Amino acid sequence: MGLKTALYDTHVLQGAKIVDFGGWEMPLHYGSQIEEHHAVRRNAGMFDVSHMGVIDLAGDRTCEFLKSLLANDVGRLKVPGKALYSCMLLPSGGVIDDLIVYFMSDTWFRVVVNAGTRDKDLAWIRRHAAAFDVTVALRHDLAMIAIQGPNARKKTMPLLAPAQRIAAGELAPFCAAAFDSWFIARTGYTGEDGFEVMLPAVDAAKTWNALCAQGIQPAGLGARDTLRLEAGMNLYGNDMDENHHPLESGLTWTVAFEPGDRDFIGRQALENLRRSAGHELVGLLLDDRGVLRSHQKVVMAGTAPLPTGEVTSGTFSPTLNRSIALARVPRTAASGVQVEIRGKLHAASIVKPPFVRHGKALIPV
Amino acid sequence: MSNIPSDLRYTKSHEWVRSAHGEAPNGAVEIGISEHAQSALGDLVFVEVPEVGRTLNAGEACAVVESVKAASDVYSPVSGKVIASNAALATQPELLNQDPYGAGWMFRVQTNSSIDDASLMSAADYANYLADEAK
Repeated sequence: MGLKTALYDTHVLQGAKIVDFGGWEMPLHYGSQIEEHHAVRRNAGMFDVSHMGVIDLAGDRTCEFLKSLLANDVGRLKVPGKALYSCMLLPSGGVIDDLIVYFMSDTWFRVVVNAGTRDKDLAWIRRHAAAFDVTVALRHDLAMIAIQGPNARKKTMPLLAPAQRIAAGELAPFCAAAFDSWFIARTGYTGEDGFEVMLPAVDAAKTWNALCAQGIQPAGLGARDTLRLEAGMNLYGNDMDENHHPLESGLTWTVAFEPGDRDFIGRQALENLRRSAGHELVGLLLDDRGVLRSHQKVVMAGTAPLPTGEVTSGTFSPTLNRSIALARVPRTAASGVQVEIRGKLHAASIVKPPFVRHGKALIPV
Repeated sequence: MSNIPSDLRYTKSHEWVRSAHGEAPNGAVEIGISEHAQSALGDLVFVEVPEVGRTLNAGEACAVVESVKAASDVYSPVSGKVIASNAALATQPELLNQDPYGAGWMFRVQTNSSIDDASLMSAADYANYLADEAK
């Protein structure tokens, strides 16, 4: 049997189709993945993301530790509550995981990591934290619900205590506030506004049902994947992994090379890789009908022998009604490529993600 | 329990076969995928049907149904020549989810094989087969 979140029984009662995801038994959808997708783009949907790892780091030297551990620079976080997206790298530059770190105080940072990488992340963090006297605590006791969509915040507010409601209402994008055992962040993985709420696992089912009563559509991992891909957001294990570094994964913007004297793990390798032509991650829009899928071969325009790349994430975009993908390809000036689908080549255009944000198509189709 | 019409025959790969109606000549059969198959696949977003005139062998992969998540082959339950395919599925793949035994039919084949052939299951046998698969 796989691992179960505090909301597992609730999902089953709501008719979820349950699948294994990184060892966890999670809802794929509750009937129609496409309707759940549209609910998030047009109104409000919610996801059980309690399988993700919530890790609290505490100690006087936590900031110094994270400056060494992460490729992005927590020194950029000046205001308590502010969040930062970063990769955690091997010395080779390969990506151990991508994560969000919340700066709560000089002695408390909260990190949220992927479910499938949680154990190796914890081992890596603990190994390096010792030298900084930073304590590392996995918060098994918390559940996490992501409420996303243009009406997500409005529909969530009435469920909060008065003091929480005021603070949550004032949260700027990519900021969080902590109240006793609750933690409310204005973050997400869909390209829509919303909250990610961390709360005691014992309160999860009651809260989920109350959110449901507010007209928020339960949504599964299926919709989560189409939403994140439309939003141009990477998925660990597909779009980057330990064998692929951020600079060839569309994540150069998350690597803080300045200040030049911050010696984070993987820095030296990335400094060397910066000077090579290499590969890049691009967005693809399929011109024909059909569906792009990960591992399909991408054939570049040019002269023989034609260089090739690979689709890292592909899907059907319910918002665009076309197939979209992220693909790792040799750096190129060309705007057109072909993708091999079941032995046949199909034309696709290189586009700049995101494909969709805040309910609007950003790519002409 | 999923809907399994008693007048059809079924394959282990979840296609159904119907003896020709009035609109098709003698010896023609209509083919689609079962209610169970469409439900397991989820929302379909792309369907590729075989071209008219193509000759098929029983068991040959000849069509593709893709949901948001995955692509699956559809196998011809009989040998013969394709005499029609459902063009509406190109623009409305959701017909396969909504009405798998009706508007979601996929293609018709002129065949010499009998649908009472031992390789095709009756509705009762298919129901047992699904029950076994679920165990």
